Amino acid sequence: MFRVELTKAWRRWRTFLLAAALGGIPVLIVIAVKLSPPTLSGTEDAPPFLLQIVRNGLFAPLTGLAVIQPFFLPLAAGLLAGDAVAGEAQGGTLRYLLVRPVARTRLVLAKYGAAMALLGLLLLWVVGCGAFWGGVVFGFKPLPTLSGTTLSVAQASLRILASAGYMLLGVSGIAAIGVCISTLTDSGPGAIVATVILGIASEVADQIPSLRVIHPFLPTHGWLAFTDLFRFPVEWSGMRGGVLVSAAYTAVFLTVALVSFSRRDVVA
Amino acid sequence: MTALVTRGLTKRYGEVNVVDGLDLAVDRGELYGFLGPNGAGKTTTIRMALGLIFPSGGEVELLGKPMFRRGRDDALRRTGALIEEPAFYRFLSGRRNLEAFARAGGDGEGVRRRLDRMDEVLEQVGLSSAGDKRVKAYSQGMRQRLGIALALLGQPEMLVLDEPTNGLDPAGMREVRLLLRRLADGGTTVFVSSHLLAEVEAMCDRVGVLSRGRLVAEGPPENLRGDAEHLRIEVGDPQRAAAILRDLAGVAGVAGIGGEGGILRLRLDGATAAQVNAALVSGGVAVSSLVPERDTLEDVFMSLIEGSGVQG
Repeated sequence: MFRVELTKAWRRWRTFLLAAALGGIPVLIVIAVKLSPPTLSGTEDAPPFLLQIVRNGLFAPLTGLAVIQPFFLPLAAGLLAGDAVAGEAQGGTLRYLLVRPVARTRLVLAKYGAAMALLGLLLLWVVGCGAFWGGVVFGFKPLPTLSGTTLSVAQASLRILASAGYMLLGVSGIAAIGVCISTLTDSGPGAIVATVILGIASEVADQIPSLRVIHPFLPTHGWLAFTDLFRFPVEWSGMRGGVLVSAAYTAVFLTVALVSFSRRDVVA
Repeated sequence: MTALVTRGLTKRYGEVNVVDGLDLAVDRGELYGFLGPNGAGKTTTIRMALGLIFPSGGEVELLGKPMFRRGRDDALRRTGALIEEPAFYRFLSGRRNLEAFARAGGDGEGVRRRLDRMDEVLEQVGLSSAGDKRVKAYSQGMRQRLGIALALLGQPEMLVLDEPTNGLDPAGMREVRLLLRRLADGGTTVFVSSHLLAEVEAMCDRVGVLSRGRLVAEGPPENLRGDAEHLRIEVGDPQRAAAILRDLAGVAGVAGIGGEGGILRLRLDGATAAQVNAALVSGGVAVSSLVPERDTLEDVFMSLIEGSGVQG
């Protein structure tokens, strides 16, 4: 079932549009920075790492990860996870999978696994596109850390991959919420939109200072903590919190999805 | 040995029993027609039989396995189904759809067997040349054929088909009927729902008539027709003829069906055609023709679902 999901995604235009959109972002950043190099003034709101790209192409994939994080990552999670079961219900194929038979538990887990695998590939793709174009345009140099030390190109590349890995763990909670919503409705677009809205709402709430008490519990709160990988020594507490929160969301919402779906009448 | 059994099967939505204490027993190797008007509960029954909908009461057994307990996966693997319309991944070709459903099962041996049979079933439903086209480009009839191909893919012992001839042209309908008949003759149990009487009558060994979630009649199609005979009478003065016939003992359901001169139709309920003729002539009505007609299945069907009595 998991492999079938990946094959289906491979033959779908949607997957490639999503990849083009996400991979295009670091490329756009590189082009923009090349054409009009940012100056220090007026860039307080700029995404992390943007200023340094001119000096070192290794910053391009990192800027890419930072830039997709507030909008495109929730969008991708919504498209892949929100549509997982609801899309099959809407198309009518859900009933044919269930009588094949595919056990309901297996269906939900395979859908979640496939969504996570595709999100992982998309994150790698973003990093890959950023590294390639950043390298071509600006070249690679040893990477200065936020603490003033430097990392060799090889060490830095590993940490960039680790950042993508951490982002994947970070998005797992939203993906689980998406799959859960997906088991509750027969409308694919409905589940996608609901998931994307929840993801973005979490990002927005994370920006509102008066909601500070709930910030640590928001599914997207820890996403930017990957920047701590570029300190010396690495500061783990932010990422540890992010992983714990994601794991909690994943556990709760996957359980709800499995329980509700295993008892639901499939009338679509 | 029974292939499909329901006992007191009930599905309640709110206050309404969509399926109401249904008892069915379909024998192995039988071609069973599940007949009923739209909304009678056919699809709900089929969905419960395949484990998609949970019953409010009663039980279902498919190929000897209770549907809502362990072991049901084995029964489902040996069953092919078409549930309402066929449904496919529109962005994949017909063949890749068959492949996706085959692989989704994840039962190694079963997957291989299904993959090996793809060409055969596409051929069986006449889609050999369209197998590599995307389903998006299929006509409704082609989708219906692909749906039947998918049902046949696992070489099932049991076929559960919900209105399989939907959307097919008359030639396609005939092909499907012949295919199902051939499968049943080869030992496959076929449970086929329909709201088309002629279809069921033409191919089924046994018919169950469902109305408002209840089985109102069951038997071979020829028995369902019952013994009642109808008379079709052409008379000069239909008003007067109808008045005479309504007073005649052993005659029921007198109705005018129009036509030149006036045609009446009635059911003989004890009286003979000769008695009817004599009564009309002695009453001064000219009878220009008097034709006995057998009860059609439609007569039975209509009387059953109107709740005016069970025959056969």
